[in-house]
Amino acid sequence: MPVIIKRILFFVTLILIWEAVFLLDFWPDSMIPSPLSVANTIYAGFADMTLVYDILASFRHLLVGLTISLVIGTLLGVLLAKVKTADETLGTMILALQSVPSIVWVPLAIIWFGFSEASIIFVVIIGGTFVMTMNMRIGIKNVAPIYLKAARTMGSTGMDLFMKVIVPASIPHAVTGVRLAWAFSWRALMAGEMLSTGPGLGYTLSYASDFNNMSLVIGIIIIIGVIGSIVDQLIFQRVENKILKRWGMEEAA
Amino acid sequence: MYLNINNVSKSFQRRGEQPLRALENINLSIKEGEFVSLLGPSGCGKSTLLSMIAGLAKPSSGNVKLASQEITEPGPDKSMVFQEPALFPWMSVKENVTFPLRKNMNKRDREGAAWEYLKMVHLSQFADNYPHELSGGMQQRVAIARALAMNSKLLLMDEPFGALDEQTRLVLQEEVEKIWLNTEKTIVFVTHSIREAIKLSDRIMIMSARPGAIISDFKVNLSRPRQQKDMALLEEEVMAMLKTEIDNVMKEELQYAGNH
Repeated sequence: MPVIIKRILFFVTLILIWEAVFLLDFWPDSMIPSPLSVANTIYAGFADMTLVYDILASFRHLLVGLTISLVIGTLLGVLLAKVKTADETLGTMILALQSVPSIVWVPLAIIWFGFSEASIIFVVIIGGTFVMTMNMRIGIKNVAPIYLKAARTMGSTGMDLFMKVIVPASIPHAVTGVRLAWAFSWRALMAGEMLSTGPGLGYTLSYASDFNNMSLVIGIIIIIGVIGSIVDQLIFQRVENKILKRWGMEEAA
Repeated sequence: MYLNINNVSKSFQRRGEQPLRALENINLSIKEGEFVSLLGPSGCGKSTLLSMIAGLAKPSSGNVKLASQEITEPGPDKSMVFQEPALFPWMSVKENVTFPLRKNMNKRDREGAAWEYLKMVHLSQFADNYPHELSGGMQQRVAIARALAMNSKLLLMDEPFGALDEQTRLVLQEEVEKIWLNTEKTIVFVTHSIREAIKLSDRIMIMSARPGAIISDFKVNLSRPRQQKDMALLEEEVMAMLKTEIDNVMKEELQYAGNH
C-alpha cells in the first residue's frame, strides 16, 4: 500500500474516532468540540482573514528572529571551532544554554522588552542560535582531514583554504543546523507569542483559551502542527537530502 | 640528483610508551624523470616518507631536498594523488581539476587545461558531472587529472589504486605509465603490490618495518610495456626479500599482543 494511502486512512480513522467520542457526549462540547466545528472555525478564520493575519505575523517574527539567530549561530560556531580557548569557556556555556527550554526566556524578555514584538523576536533568536552554533562548530571541526591535505598540496592555505574548502565541506552540518534552528525557533515563537499582546498564532491561541473557545484552540494547534511539518518536510528535508547526496553522505534516504 | 632524501628519520610520540620509530636513516636519491616505487609491508613508513616529500609532514631529523631546495611545505613544484580520490564533492569534475589553477590562470585557460587533462584520463565527457555521479575508478582518474593539472615535475602517488578493483587497477596502471612516458615527470609511487611496483617502476625501494628502512634498491630493467611472463621471475625475487620482513612484522605483532 502506498504511504500516502496509509496516511489518509490513518487520519480518516482518527477523525472518525474523534467524532464518535464527541457523539457519545461524555464531555461537554466546550471540552470536546466536534471535528466539523473545528473545521468550521478554521474556515471562518481564513474567510475573515484573522487567521491569515496571525499566520503572517507569526512568520514575520520567525523570519526576523531566525535570520538573526542563523547569523549569530554561524559566527559563534566558527569562533568555537577555530579558537580553542573560546570553545573551552564559551562553548560549555552555550552547551548549557542549549538545554534551557526557550519558554524559560519569556518572563525575562517581558521584563526587558515589555509586551512587544521585540520580546517575541528575542525569544525566537535565543531558541535558534545555540543549536545552529553547535552544528556549525561540529561541521567545521569535522572537515575530513583528507580534504585539507589535498587542498594544501594544491597550494591552498589560510583564508583561501577556509573559504574554498572548510566552509563548503561543513555545509551538510550547517544545513542540519538550519533545520534544527527552524524547529527550535518555531517552538520558541509559539511560547513567546502566547504571552504577547498579538497578533500571532500563539497570541490567538491563548486568547481563544481565555474565552473558552475550544474549537479555535484545537484549530490553531492543528495549524501550528501542519505548518511545522510542511516546512520541515517540503523545504528542509528536501534541501538536506539533496545536499547529503551531493556531498556523498547519503544514507539511502 | 633531482630529489634527495638525506638521513631522514621520523618518530611519533606515543602516550605512556616508547616513541614509535617509523623511519630510520633513510637515504635516497632520485633522478629527474625516474619512476620510483616505495614497496613494503603496511607499517613500514612508506606513506610517511611520501608525505615528507610532499611537505605535509616534517622529518624528525635529516632533510628532503627537491632541486637543491629543502622541502618544508607543500607547493606547486610537487603534486600528490592519495589513496582516496579526495575530490571536493561540492565542485563539478571540471572545477575540481581547475582548483589548483585558480590563482595563476584566467577562466578560459583553466577550462582549456581541465579539458586537456580530463582527456588524458578519458573523462572529458564527464567535465560537468559531480564526483558522486562517478564510479570509484573514475573518481581516482579525476584526482590524477587534478594532480597533472598542477603541471609539476614531481608527481607523488600514495597507493593510488589501493581501493580499486583489479580490473580498474590494471587499466589505470597502463594510463599512468602512458602519462609518465609522455610527460617525462618524476614519479614516486607508494604501493604494497609487488606486481604493481614491477610493472611500473624503474627502481623499487624495498622497505622493512619497525623501524622503517630501505633494505634494497631494486632496479627493474625490463622494456615497456612490461609483459607478465617477464615479470614473474622478478616477482619471486622481490617476494623472497619481503617475506622475511613480513614474517618479522607478524612475529612482533604476536609478541606485542601476547605481552598486553
